[in-house]
Amino acid sequence: MPFREKDFRAPDRVEALVRAIREKTSPVTPVRLMEICGTHTMAIARAGLRSLLAPGVQLLSGPGCPVCVTPAGAIDGILQLSSHPGVTIASYGDLLRVPGTARGDTLLRRRAMGASVMTVYSPMDAVEAAAQNPGQEYVFLGVGFETTAPGTAACVLEAAQRGLNNFSVLSLLKRTEPALQALICAPDFRVDGFLCPGHVAAITGAEAFAFLPEEYRLPAVVSGFEAGDILYSVWRLVSMLAENRPALENEYTRLVRAEGNPAARAAVEQVFEPVSGCWRGLGEIPDSCLALKPEYAPWDAARKFGFVPGSETDLPGCRCGDVIRGVCAPAHCPLFGKVCTPADPVGPCMVSSEGACAAAYKYQAI
Amino acid sequence: MQDIITLDYGSGGLKTAQLIEEIMVPAFANTALSQLGDGAVLPELGGQPVFSTDSFVVTPWKFPGGDIGKLAVCGTVNDVCMAGGVPKYLSFSLILEEGFPLEDLRTIVASAAATARQAGVQLVTGDTKVVERGRGDGIYINTAGIGVLRAPDLGQQAMREGDTVLVSGSVGCHGAAVLMARGDLPCEGTLLSDCRPLHQLSAAALEAGGVRMLRDPTRGGVATTLNEFVEGTSLCIELEEEAIPVDAPVAAACDLLGLDPLYSACEGRMLVVCASETAPSILTALHNLPGGEGAAQIGRVTTSRPGQVVLHNSFGGSRILGKLTGAQLPRIC
Repeated sequence: MPFREKDFRAPDRVEALVRAIREKTSPVTPVRLMEICGTHTMAIARAGLRSLLAPGVQLLSGPGCPVCVTPAGAIDGILQLSSHPGVTIASYGDLLRVPGTARGDTLLRRRAMGASVMTVYSPMDAVEAAAQNPGQEYVFLGVGFETTAPGTAACVLEAAQRGLNNFSVLSLLKRTEPALQALICAPDFRVDGFLCPGHVAAITGAEAFAFLPEEYRLPAVVSGFEAGDILYSVWRLVSMLAENRPALENEYTRLVRAEGNPAARAAVEQVFEPVSGCWRGLGEIPDSCLALKPEYAPWDAARKFGFVPGSETDLPGCRCGDVIRGVCAPAHCPLFGKVCTPADPVGPCMVSSEGACAAAYKYQAI
Repeated sequence: MQDIITLDYGSGGLKTAQLIEEIMVPAFANTALSQLGDGAVLPELGGQPVFSTDSFVVTPWKFPGGDIGKLAVCGTVNDVCMAGGVPKYLSFSLILEEGFPLEDLRTIVASAAATARQAGVQLVTGDTKVVERGRGDGIYINTAGIGVLRAPDLGQQAMREGDTVLVSGSVGCHGAAVLMARGDLPCEGTLLSDCRPLHQLSAAALEAGGVRMLRDPTRGGVATTLNEFVEGTSLCIELEEEAIPVDAPVAAACDLLGLDPLYSACEGRMLVVCASETAPSILTALHNLPGGEGAAQIGRVTTSRPGQVVLHNSFGGSRILGKLTGAQLPRIC
């Protein structure tokens, strides 16, 4: 029988897991676990898991929201690009509301003022639009981690094959592992184990997270996104901690294989190469970003339009950078819910549907 | 060659008259309209009037389970019903963009007329304007409706601790159906808008008695509407997540797009706050009517967190359900 996602929400099983986790943890010395995927952030908030697991387990959100880790200066660069005559910016919806360094200056506002900005669910929609309107330049904003990189690579390959010279990609793609390395090596790092992103692992393979127990003795579980998935993974993490036997486990076996998706990775490797790049909250990290290889220069918006991101990474007063590193809970940011709300956001963590602040605001725990 | 709307149709001259005589009057056939005066002269209402208006800009104009014509009638009919009225008369105003196919307009008008008949209301007055190509989005409709007040005491002030919260059917279908019609969902299937007039369901609920408040959860969905119920009061609404009916295709579509069905619009569902004693008889009445088969009890009114809506899930997690804020939504109504 195939798995049904709702089986992973079955109340009796969930209750049993919560009891098992409580038995393994103590409110005096809470276990601090970090998830590093925006979908986990939302799933945890939506199911109210933080309140269920407190006080023995603290769940922290790490740099898992691709929009959130995009530095403010890059947004400024994008906003500037949107004012080029004859250029249409194609983007996933989340990015449209993210302000640059000037508060309220967003792609959404630029569109209202006359810029050409289209929302896409798939980057291939932008390729099709370019094919149908040869007189217009289409720039797709390639945001995301290993999950969206293959689709973005496929678009570049498609555009190259069809000889479309009015389509290009502005790559803001990021790699998970270098960011985790940087996070772990930071002086304020205080996390006992990682809930690893099932979607990323579906591409990279679960093995991509083996460095966590092997190099840092941190237990790691690749997890799915239903309440049952997450609680089971938390139970495995607290068990490994209690037994002091850190390892990598894969809970999300219905989707994730040890070797991942080699075809998707091959497409990414064909089109992109790792380069040093800037993250909000984490700063410059070597090999952490993906840029188009020189042979795909005609489809590289950065080269084509001389894209220069601004130097600002964080916004004054906004603690998104600290939120992304898990050292500041959203509610502890002085702007949270007062100055900064989803309707009038200051930082990206409040904008993106996967942002830790948006999740905390929308799904306020009791 | 396809007949299309041109600026002439909005000129007030020959073409406008032709549009009214050939499309509107036959479709909406009633005495008040066929007099074609500047306004309709209506008979005595026999009660206190209820008046409401709404504009419709949904894109695309046609979606699974309905179209902008049906929606324009349902929207205003439902607003009058939710205010405790029995809807009687509607106005119907069109803003058309040059180039809009006449055949599509006929379809929309026919659909509006059929829905009006179903809801027992007459379309008695209207207007047509045409804007230049590129200055509109095909078709916009405004309707206004007049009804007779039947239940004068509905509202926030009537709600009491211990009251029950009901919904007349599965939630979020309309929002999801429009997303599918826009091609935003990579799937096809049985997902239909819930768009329908609520006159029978609201009348049945009022008949059963004990109703404190009625609302149709349109933009912002169930979550936003329930927040408006308790805002500024000392009352709290506590919902049981498992009890809220969500159709499987809607749940799947929302999962895929990262949306929450509780924030997705309904256009033919009704939220009822009623005395707990009458809840069973209201539910039975709703279950026996078309469009109310899936009615369910979803929560209760308490005082635990004044002014807020709380959602309990089946495994003991609880959270505050806020209003919709700044979500990316297509034009759905």
